[in-house]
Amino acid sequence: MPTGKLSLLLVTSLLAGTVSGAGPGNKPRSGYEFLSPETRDMQEDEFSNPGFQTVDEGAELFITAGENGKSCASCHGDRGQKLKPRNIASYPVYSEQLEKPVTLQGQIHRCWTERLGKPAMKYDNKDAIRLETFVRNLAEGRRIDVETGGPMRPYYEAGREFFYKPTGQLDMACAHCHEQYVGARLRAQVLTQGQSNGFPTYRLANNRVNSLHERFRQCQNLLRAQFQKAGSDDYINLEVFMHARSNGLRIETPAIRF
Amino acid sequence: MNRYIPVLTSLALAALFSGSVPGADQKAAPESVDYIKWQAAGYAIAKPLGSLTGDPAVGRKLVVDRKKGNCIACHLLPVPEAEFPGTVGPPLVGIAHRLSEGELRLRVVDIKQLFPHSIMPGYYRNPENYINVKKKFRGKTILSPQEVEDIVAWLTTLQ
Ligand code: HEC
Ligand code: HEC
Ligand code: HEC
Repeated sequence: MPTGKLSLLLVTSLLAGTVSGAGPGNKPRSGYEFLSPETRDMQEDEFSNPGFQTVDEGAELFITAGENGKSCASCHGDRGQKLKPRNIASYPVYSEQLEKPVTLQGQIHRCWTERLGKPAMKYDNKDAIRLETFVRNLAEGRRIDVETGGPMRPYYEAGREFFYKPTGQLDMACAHCHEQYVGARLRAQVLTQGQSNGFPTYRLANNRVNSLHERFRQCQNLLRAQFQKAGSDDYINLEVFMHARSNGLRIETPAIRF
Repeated sequence: MNRYIPVLTSLALAALFSGSVPGADQKAAPESVDYIKWQAAGYAIAKPLGSLTGDPAVGRKLVVDRKKGNCIACHLLPVPEAEFPGTVGPPLVGIAHRLSEGELRLRVVDIKQLFPHSIMPGYYRNPENYINVKKKFRGKTILSPQEVEDIVAWLTTLQ
């Protein structure tokens, strides 16, 4: 098929909302590819990447004893070495017990309350983000591999629907910017695929580590849409879809982005 | 006054649309009760909204105002002082050569009448068509009829 026809087909099927992942024939591309050489160097060098401060804070919490005298380290090793990077890269996973998907941060909350006996934290509480950044960083370099079949399917589909639905007063879908116009400039900002492989991510725009759900809120706010609380069911579904859409990309936590 | 004063530092560009400035333009957007019905024919809206007269000098400001038209986010415009025009939409330089006043009006009011899946916002689209709008913008159009006419008046000068 001539490429002209193919791309026309791609655009039509995007608009009909039938494209999955980054779109057929559209390889997922990390936001890293769109960074300047200086920002790439900054991300790569542990000493100049400011996201590592959050990793260190997470490491500190990891070895801090909870109400029952135990710390995360008691079960998972001082530096989390007993946690399997392969498993970390597969989150969100389906929990038979809860009968729904659990995000990596969700699992950390469970261990926090159930295994350390600590009072529950809000989703995206600063300490929860610190721990998540530390744990995800343990899997840096692993390829994301999220299950989309079986019991995960309906959640993946719900997240996908969210991604393709135009909302807000500006009436745009995530796919408009992160699929249809990748590489174009929105004012000075080059649009990327909006991949999730670097999260939690250090943003130069606000000089701190941002969770994935915070980024959802920021982008929805841009569209003048009613954004939700971090950890909402819609955002969990969207996280399932977004991470699955990043399948195959290497984890870069803590990535640096604008 | 809630008119935006453009501050063009590279960081200010992070806030591409006004959503990130809570409460700033609460009073600026018109209420839905004021919504003026319009009619498109031949891919154009021939008559000005509410029979208003646009001011091209005001229009020129609105197209680069991040809280108003913000057309510059996506289009190259002949406004040299506005840096870093976007490349999402086609350049609008000389657009009045190709499109009549009425055709320009329909594109600003509700381009989705022509391209149902366009990324370009409908600046005077019936607010009933929007889904999941943030509270302070609910029931409101992006621009007032006067602002639409100001922008259309400026666009017709782009010969
Ligand atoms: C008393 C032992 C214990 C403590 C303390 C503990 N966990 Fe866990 N953790 C487990 C077990 C057991 C699992 C396996 C999943 C399950 O049954 O919940 C697990 C699973 C996990 C996983 C997912 C690993 C995988 O392979 O899927 C992460 C991440 C995790 N814990 C992080 C933490 C963090 C962070 C803390 C401290 C806040 C912590 N855990 C404290 C026992 C513990
Ligand atoms: C008006 C355009 C626009 C829309 C629509 C939009 N975003 Fe974004 N988004 C941006 C910009 C600009 C950035 C920063 C540059 C980039 O990575 O594209 C960004 C970045 C992101 C990132 C971070 C990418 C990285 O590498 O760190 C994610 C994730 C994201 N967006 C998700 C979403 C989701 C989910 C939606 C739908 C709710 C959405 N975006 C809708 C403009 C948009
Ligand atoms: C989010 C990006 C975006 C914004 C903001 C935007 N446009 Fe557009 N505009 C587009 C795109 C993309 C097209 C091409 C039609 C399409 O493919 O949807 C377009 C098309 C047009 C056209 C028709 C051009 C032609 O060659 O036929 C006009 C006129 C226009 N825009 C004017 C404006 C004005 C005036 C504003 C501000 C009030 C504006 N646009 C804001 C993206 C945008």
